[in-house]
Amino acid sequence: MLKIQNLQARIEEAEILKGIDLEMGQGEVHAIMGPNGSGKSTLAKILAGDESYAVTGGGVALEGEDLLAMEPEERARAGLFMGFQYPVEIPGVSNSYFLKAAVNAARQARGEAEIDPVSFLKLARERAQWVQLDESLLNRPVNAGFSGGEKKRNEIFHMAMLEPRLAILDETDSGLDIDALRAVADGVNRMRSPERSFLIITHYQRLLNYIVPDHVHVMVNGRIVRSGGKELAEELERTGYALFDDEEAA
Amino acid sequence: MSSNDETIERFTSRGYEAGFYTDIEQEFAPPGLNEETVRFISAKKGEPEWMLEWRLEAYRGWLEMAMPTWQNVRFPPIDFQAISYYAAPKQGPGSLDEVDPKLLETYERLGIPLHEQKMLAGVEEGGEEGGSGASGVAVDAVFDSVSVTTTFKEELAQHGVIFCSISEALRDYPELVRRYIGTVVPRKDNFFAALNSAVFSDGSFVYIPEGVTCPMELSTYFRINAGHTGQFERTLIIAERGSSVSYLEGCTAPQRDENQLHAAVVELYAHDDAQIKYSTVQNWYPGDENGKGGVYNFVTKRGMCAGKRSKISWTQVETGSAITWKYPSCVLKGDDAIGEFYSVAVTRGYQQADTGTKMIHMGRNTRSHIVSKGIAADRAQQSYRGLVKVLPTAANARNYSQCDSMLIGSECGAHTFPYIDIQNSSAQLEHEATTSKIGDDQIFYCKQRGISEEDAVSMIVNGFCKEVFQKLPMEFAVEAQKLLEVTLEDSVG
Repeated sequence: MLKIQNLQARIEEAEILKGIDLEMGQGEVHAIMGPNGSGKSTLAKILAGDESYAVTGGGVALEGEDLLAMEPEERARAGLFMGFQYPVEIPGVSNSYFLKAAVNAARQARGEAEIDPVSFLKLARERAQWVQLDESLLNRPVNAGFSGGEKKRNEIFHMAMLEPRLAILDETDSGLDIDALRAVADGVNRMRSPERSFLIITHYQRLLNYIVPDHVHVMVNGRIVRSGGKELAEELERTGYALFDDEEAA
Repeated sequence: MSSNDETIERFTSRGYEAGFYTDIEQEFAPPGLNEETVRFISAKKGEPEWMLEWRLEAYRGWLEMAMPTWQNVRFPPIDFQAISYYAAPKQGPGSLDEVDPKLLETYERLGIPLHEQKMLAGVEEGGEEGGSGASGVAVDAVFDSVSVTTTFKEELAQHGVIFCSISEALRDYPELVRRYIGTVVPRKDNFFAALNSAVFSDGSFVYIPEGVTCPMELSTYFRINAGHTGQFERTLIIAERGSSVSYLEGCTAPQRDENQLHAAVVELYAHDDAQIKYSTVQNWYPGDENGKGGVYNFVTKRGMCAGKRSKISWTQVETGSAITWKYPSCVLKGDDAIGEFYSVAVTRGYQQADTGTKMIHMGRNTRSHIVSKGIAADRAQQSYRGLVKVLPTAANARNYSQCDSMLIGSECGAHTFPYIDIQNSSAQLEHEATTSKIGDDQIFYCKQRGISEEDAVSMIVNGFCKEVFQKLPMEFAVEAQKLLEVTLEDSVG
């Protein structure tokens, strides 16, 4: 599904990714954990195509295709979704209008006809239920005036509508209360399937109690310093990241 | 990357679609301005003596006036002696069959139907809300200094509606013109109004008799074609008691390296219970990407709500011109009169706009509503300038103003100058203003969802302008939306 090889990147003069290797199979859920500033969010943004970062080495293949050569919108249409850590507000553009444009862009790329408005609305109502997103938020401008929890639910709702093959969730759990966290996790779990892979980026182990990963990677200072199963997350919860700082220094 | 470049290439090369020039034999007044020029124009039009005197008085007033300096736009001094004040296709105006085919072709190319059987899409399918039974759009086509034709005249005449060029009106209805001209915008109102009063060459005249709802949209299409000429048109719309009319003007000009002057005056006069809705889609040539050339659009537009419960509504979409400098205004004289101003102004490249409105409350219970949306991209500068004035006689006056600016990129600017002058303590005013920016983060968010950059920009801008577009007649709203897309699409990234 996804193959990252020796990926290096910087923003201005700062080297942020110092050679990342990661391989994800179809249907797998991987979690990347790490302290603040370790580069885990940068990795997510580079995979999505954020041009603020310069890739200085290595490569990424999505189902054999050179991901880094694709425009962000092409990546999205190829089935890559990123849930934003800070979802962006778009005043004046209604959430459902926005999503319909997104859904149709993907359909068009696949050579399919546009979704008809009735089917779209039906689908939107059903998927909004998955994350307990208030239906009134469909007609409000995208994220404008949404609470923190509503924004994150909205991200998962977008994911549910777009049905990606690879979903990257960038600190979706940050700033969520327990109810919102559950709703988000429920949405993700509903979407889990043998065809769909998830890359979950988080600082805390908490989310992984609800979304149980197949693999956990620890990222420190721009490198993946350890990989393991779900028990690695629990270990981290006990020991913290300090241990790895020493490893990195050594 | 390449697909992105192609899109940009497509839109930049598309650029200004109305920028062509029509090669047609034309008659010019020699450049320069003096009393002889005024006499020449008046004689060309075969005007009555009083009109010539009226013009000369304006000219003498103009000589004593100076260019205003308070505006927030910059341009080199204008040499008024280098401009030709009259340019007309050699063959005079007449019925459609007599119009030079080249002119018809010009309007055809601009998408303006001069053949009466051709209707604009949308009108046939139900027309305007409220079901005025609109069956088409009547067009007055003004080419440089003269009106070349007016369509649907006969059908309108059956309802008693007069729709013709102002030159014809001066010939056929001199008393009507004489009673109203200069009553809303006095000759010496300002520097450019005085200039216009002296040398105006054509424009549209509309008269809606008592109780008549005009059966179709009226529209004037202004085209500047000749080089080194100014266009000075004058429009006068009179709505008698209980009548109503919706009027639209559109404007384009060829691409030229020199700056061209367009100084129009529009006067609206509404009697008791009359309603005038005036919409503008202005797309004068804005100059090239280095700021060379483009039209100076210095216009005085004012409506007089003279009668009780009268209503005047201005809607404007301003995408063109190197400089736009205009303030469509309402004088709310009759009790319970309503004035409205809805505006979208878009500036990019080196365009400058200083635009807004004035609402002068005189009558009791008068209300005004202002919604201004400014969009600036590249190195463009834009100002909203508005005045709400409540006179001592205007008990219970109300005003609501909303001024929103959107910036695209970091080198442009938006400025808001709201002036308020309240002389009656029962007045209620509200003012809201916002400034937003299309950020890289918004674009990236859209792209991550699979939406292309161009669709993202157009979606965001249209969302921002929606409130104003809804005020335009339906078929023109679609046009305005498209125009905005062409104007802005390559402005991000």
